[in-house]
Amino acid sequence: MDPRRGARVVIDPKVRQVGFFAPGRTQSAPPESSSPPVADNSPAGNSLSPVMIPPPRHASDNLHSARPVLCPPLRRPGDTIPVGSYNPSEFFPGTSPTASFYSKVGDGEFSEDASGAGWTHRGNSGKVASSFPSGGFDLTAVKPSNLTTVSVVNMPPGISVKTRGALIEVQNEQPASSRSLKEKTSKAERRALQEAQRAAKAAAKAEVSKAPIAASGVATPVNAKPAKASKPSSQKKDSASVTASEKKGVDRPPEKDRKKDIPHPRMQFDDKSRVEKAKRRAVVRPIEVRNRVELFRHLPQYERGTLLPDLESKFFQLDPMHPAVYKVGLQYLAGDVSGGNARCIAMLHAFQEAIKDYSTPPEKTLVRDLTARISSYVSFLIECRPLSISMGNAIRFLKSRIAKLPLSLSESEAKASLQSDINRFINEKIVLADKVIVRHAVTKIRDGDVLLTYGSSSAVEMILLYAHELGKQFRVVVVDSRPKLEGQLLLRRLVGKGLSCTYTHINAVSYIMHEVTRVFLGASSVLSNGTVYSRVGTACVSMVAHAFRVPVLVCCEAYKFHERVQLDSICSNELGDPDAISKVPGREEINYLDDWAKSENLQLLNLIYDATPSDYVSMIITDYGMVPPTSVPVIVREYRREHLWI
Amino acid sequence: MWWRSASFILDKGLNDEVQDESESLRVSPSNTSMADTLQNPNPKISAYYQTRAAHHGVVTSDWLAQAQAAVGRHPDDLPPPKVEDSGKPFSVIDEFNSWRKQPDLAEAVAAIRALASVIRSSQATTMMELEIELKKASDSLKSWDTTSISLTAGCDLFMRYVTRTSALEYENFNSAKSRLIERAERFGEISYKARRIIAMLGQDFIFDGCTILVHGFSRVVLEVLKTAAQNKKLFRVFCTEGRPDRTGLRLSNEMAKLDVPVKLLIDSAVAYTMDEVDMVFVGADGVVESGGIINMMGTYQIALVAHSMNKPVYVAAESYKFARLYPLDQKDMAPALRPIDFGVPIPSKVEVETSARDYTPPQYLTLLFTDLGVLTPSVVSDELIQLYL
Repeated sequence: MDPRRGARVVIDPKVRQVGFFAPGRTQSAPPESSSPPVADNSPAGNSLSPVMIPPPRHASDNLHSARPVLCPPLRRPGDTIPVGSYNPSEFFPGTSPTASFYSKVGDGEFSEDASGAGWTHRGNSGKVASSFPSGGFDLTAVKPSNLTTVSVVNMPPGISVKTRGALIEVQNEQPASSRSLKEKTSKAERRALQEAQRAAKAAAKAEVSKAPIAASGVATPVNAKPAKASKPSSQKKDSASVTASEKKGVDRPPEKDRKKDIPHPRMQFDDKSRVEKAKRRAVVRPIEVRNRVELFRHLPQYERGTLLPDLESKFFQLDPMHPAVYKVGLQYLAGDVSGGNARCIAMLHAFQEAIKDYSTPPEKTLVRDLTARISSYVSFLIECRPLSISMGNAIRFLKSRIAKLPLSLSESEAKASLQSDINRFINEKIVLADKVIVRHAVTKIRDGDVLLTYGSSSAVEMILLYAHELGKQFRVVVVDSRPKLEGQLLLRRLVGKGLSCTYTHINAVSYIMHEVTRVFLGASSVLSNGTVYSRVGTACVSMVAHAFRVPVLVCCEAYKFHERVQLDSICSNELGDPDAISKVPGREEINYLDDWAKSENLQLLNLIYDATPSDYVSMIITDYGMVPPTSVPVIVREYRREHLWI
Repeated sequence: MWWRSASFILDKGLNDEVQDESESLRVSPSNTSMADTLQNPNPKISAYYQTRAAHHGVVTSDWLAQAQAAVGRHPDDLPPPKVEDSGKPFSVIDEFNSWRKQPDLAEAVAAIRALASVIRSSQATTMMELEIELKKASDSLKSWDTTSISLTAGCDLFMRYVTRTSALEYENFNSAKSRLIERAERFGEISYKARRIIAMLGQDFIFDGCTILVHGFSRVVLEVLKTAAQNKKLFRVFCTEGRPDRTGLRLSNEMAKLDVPVKLLIDSAVAYTMDEVDMVFVGADGVVESGGIINMMGTYQIALVAHSMNKPVYVAAESYKFARLYPLDQKDMAPALRPIDFGVPIPSKVEVETSARDYTPPQYLTLLFTDLGVLTPSVVSDELIQLYL
């Protein structure tokens, strides 16, 4: 598909992690270093690093991969790092203090890459140690820097990137020290230049409205600089930064090619360069989870619970974000708004508010500036929670409307027309579509039916209630699953309206299925090959229904259709809070997994969505009628244009 | 304020809707009364099979008597609607019935001819009026016999033509009207042409020395076999008996006339003979949105047997039989009833399954021969979406 993929195929599977580095760099690393056991705990739990892609653990962990449990005895007395913070030296028990020095520098200042540096380096760490004349040099100098900078988490990304290159260069330098010698000649100049650039960048940041971050960004170098100055190694870093930029140059051509390609619909979070770019723009700095699930490395895996307070505290500082958008973002984050339609409507209403309050800045055109503004809102929302496909379609619609605004319109007219467009989208594509779906679906409910539904789908709920209003005699089986237990809400509302219901968990679905006559399911999206992308567990329910020859009816508005094809639930998905599945609310005694995050052998996977193959789906009920899953591409093809135009 | 589901907007609009509904309720009684009067006079027998029986020579005496009774009752029953619609000198249903008495005319063609005569006798002066009148006529036609899929599909098709042909809007009313009538008149021709196209497409699939299993009597399948025989293809036909109206007998009769070797099987011998069979040919009463077909009782089990023995099942059907229906299972359609003669008196306590047709899901069909080309079942929905949406 794109060069990135190709490259990955060429490199052997293990190097999926190595792919974060430029190919040239991986060559310099000895082969055995590609199974780096160490650094994956290294991403400091509480450092808000822009990028931390910890290399995965492998079975082939070598001796250096000492578990933290083994470490304490080997810990150097000089390490007085608080418990919560990260002490990389623990994971380099066998190596000399130099190694820990490296990672510590990385940790303290540029925590995201400490890991990277550590592990590429680790293979030849012994060599490095010997190459340094004084094994434990500057421990004292390093320590203060460590302590001072650990507290400073909001590094200006630009800097961190550069120094990352530097760090990596440091290791590369050791084997080939001749190169570094050559470069030392002009290092003073380069350093001056770099400082100037940094200052300029910080200044620019401060100007750009992201005041809070910029402020912290400015503050950080101030903190960091003295520490750096005290370090002799900083020279090396500076000299290295040039080579780092060279390396960046090497990286560039594939990146250009990439741009020519159709952009991937979703960011792959194991694509380091892209992730970094995204982070640079980011408003929120989520903490990545320590034990990331191997197979789902391309998806964002963040610590839960830190983001919300962080964002809340920033409320008065986030200047460019419209309060309505901000509110919606927080609601997504807190889980107050969930469900495809509700999220989409909330987002559109927020955009409507934002458009209402929008005024074109001087010397800018509405079309361009508003599109950019919307894009920034969208990226903020993505940070709060990944977009659903329906929201993606709605955004596409809105942007196409903005782009098609005639230039002759005055600002107020344009704003009014956009707002009415959004209203129409909500009305036609969601509300009316749901009504049509309900009308269609009700024809499939007969007296005496037993209808099974899974989770809580707004469309299915409307169908059941409408059928009940029509006086049809039927029974409902609500199947639910941990950890969200959304079915209970649905159950409550259904029972409140007087329907006769059965409630069970997904574990019992094969038992209950034999008395069921119809399965009604909602969907987050329906993809072009008929695959239904929906709440996790849907595939299981529909598979059981298929095995019992019970028809499966999927209710999905056509605006949620997407031309993408997906064959499994892995390549695109959303990961939920792992704590949610490790704990059982209300049962304190079930605490076997209480500090699971400390064990690197345990990865908890809480998937949000799954993909149901079209074989298990008998019918898709949309606003265009009842169609077989094979007809989804027809609807996508026939109505995409209309979709964008309305 | 945030909302958990989109239904809140429904709640907002509820007040308006209540009014709408009350209005529709006020209208509906008159509709139902009309529907009642226009109801099929003999609900025990599907009207579709009444005509079929009249067309086909081979019927049991019992069935003939019933059909006779049914036909005989028509004149008595039909005047009431005429009285009701006092203003209107003519009824669509009469028209339809007279058209479909012609043995070689497909049901859909008869329906469209009947609608054309509605246009002809209409006193409407605007397009809108005419459309409303047509809509009423087609609704009454459809409700008169809900079991006939091709009747429904034919009506829908013609209505779609009337409402969607944009050229009509810019013409003056009279020329538009005559264009509609012309179109309707030509529909019979189109239907005949469709049959020819299907025959040409389908006969390519018949190779020398093959054995074909045919179920029931279908004009299209007969046309395919006839064309193949005329093209000097050497093949053998197995005909199922086609209980209860023994349509297979009629087909075997036709085959014998063409000098095609033919063997007659009882319906229960399908699995027994399937290993000799190279392909299964069936017609269809209707092709539904999923790509499955609704056809004479027994098609489903033949398709199942053929599928389990990996034999291809081909369906020959004109595109006007494509219907916007989506049955999920066998019971998910309006049942077409047909009495069955078991030869011996049935004790009153014994229930008899009188449904006349079944639904064959698309996964058991190999290809559909239609005038749009040779299609896989999944394309049917594609065509339907393009046709009706």
